[in-house]
Amino acid sequence: MATKETPKHDALVAEMKQRFGAAILDVDRSFDDCTVILDKGKLHDVLAYLKNERRFNLLLDIGGVDCLELKQYRERFEVVYMLYSIADDLRLRLEVPVSELDMNVPTATDLWKSANWAEREAFEMFGFNFVGHPCLKRLLTHHEFVGHPLRKDYPLMGGQWCATTSDMTEELNEPA
Amino acid sequence: MGVRDSGLVGIETKNETGLITTRLDEIVRWGRKNSLWPLPFGTACCAIEFMGVVSSKFDISRFGAELVRFSPRQSDMILVAGTINYKLAPVLKKIYDQIAEPKYVISMGACACSGGFYDNYATVQGIDQIIPVDVFIPGCPPRPEAILHAVIKLQERIDKEPVPKRGVHRRHEVTPKFRDN
Repeated sequence: MATKETPKHDALVAEMKQRFGAAILDVDRSFDDCTVILDKGKLHDVLAYLKNERRFNLLLDIGGVDCLELKQYRERFEVVYMLYSIADDLRLRLEVPVSELDMNVPTATDLWKSANWAEREAFEMFGFNFVGHPCLKRLLTHHEFVGHPLRKDYPLMGGQWCATTSDMTEELNEPA
Repeated sequence: MGVRDSGLVGIETKNETGLITTRLDEIVRWGRKNSLWPLPFGTACCAIEFMGVVSSKFDISRFGAELVRFSPRQSDMILVAGTINYKLAPVLKKIYDQIAEPKYVISMGACACSGGFYDNYATVQGIDQIIPVDVFIPGCPPRPEAILHAVIKLQERIDKEPVPKRGVHRRHEVTPKFRDN
C-alpha cells in the first residue's frame, strides 16, 4: 500500500542513486518505510547532502545493531541514522555496515548538534569510534565502566560497581 | 473552674503543674520516633507514590514524618524510592554518609529492595549492598498504607533501641560492598 511518503521516497532514492552510485548498497522499502543501506566511505557526503540539499534538518537518533550470530549480514555492526525533514514531512533511515576490525565512523556533529550525545551513546553501547567528535565520552554508563553493554557478547547481567562520582567539567567547557 | 475557662490546653488540662517526670532515654526515643524528617531519594515512580503519602489523603504527618527535607544535613531518615543504578550508587552512598546520626533507611519498592525487574548491566540489585536498610517495603509501587506501615515499624524499632552515649555510633557494622564483578 502506497502512502503519501512513497512518491517522495521514490524521488529521493532515485536522486541518491544517481548521485552516489555504488555507495548505495541497497534500499529497503518494506512496511512503507525507506531504509538506505550505505557504504561507510560516502557516509559523511551523503549526510551533508541530505542535511543541506534535501532539508533533513532533524537528526532524531543514532543507533547501532550488533549482527553477531545473525545469518545474513554484511558486517558485524551497523550504525543507524534516523532523519526527519520538517519541511517535507519525510522520514529516512540510513544503515551503515561497520566492520569489527575498523570501528571508525565519521562524526555528524558538524552537521547536527544533536549528533553529539547520540554518538556518545552509540559509542558507549557498541564501541563505534566517531572520528572528529569533540568529546567522545560515555554518556549513560558511569566513568569506570569497561566494555560496551549492548554488544551481543557482553554478559546481560554484567553490572559493574562504581565507587566514585564524576564531574562534567569537560562537557560544560565545550564550545556551544 | 472548668477546663474551658482555665486557659489551659493539651496535657496541662490533666496536670496543671505543667511538670512531668520521666527517664531521659525514654523522652529522647519519644522525640526521635515522632519526628522522623525524611529525605526522599526519589528516582522513579515510587517517588510519585510518596507524594501521595505526604499529601492530605494519607497524611504521613499523623506519624510525625511529614517534614520532607532535601538536605541530608537536616534529615533523620532517607527514603530510597526508585531504581538505583550503578552510576547513582556512589551518590546515594555519599548522601547517606552526610546524614547526621542517628539515621534510618527505608527502602521503598521492588527496585530499591532488589533491583525489581531490571536485572541488567545498569541496575543495582538492592540498595542493601550500598547502605544499611532498616525497613524494606515490597510492591511496585507500594500502596500508601504500606509506606505508613513501614514508618510505624521503624518507630517500633526506634522505641526498642538503646539510646547511645554521646559520641558512640548507633550501629554501622555494615560496610559498603563496592565489590568487583
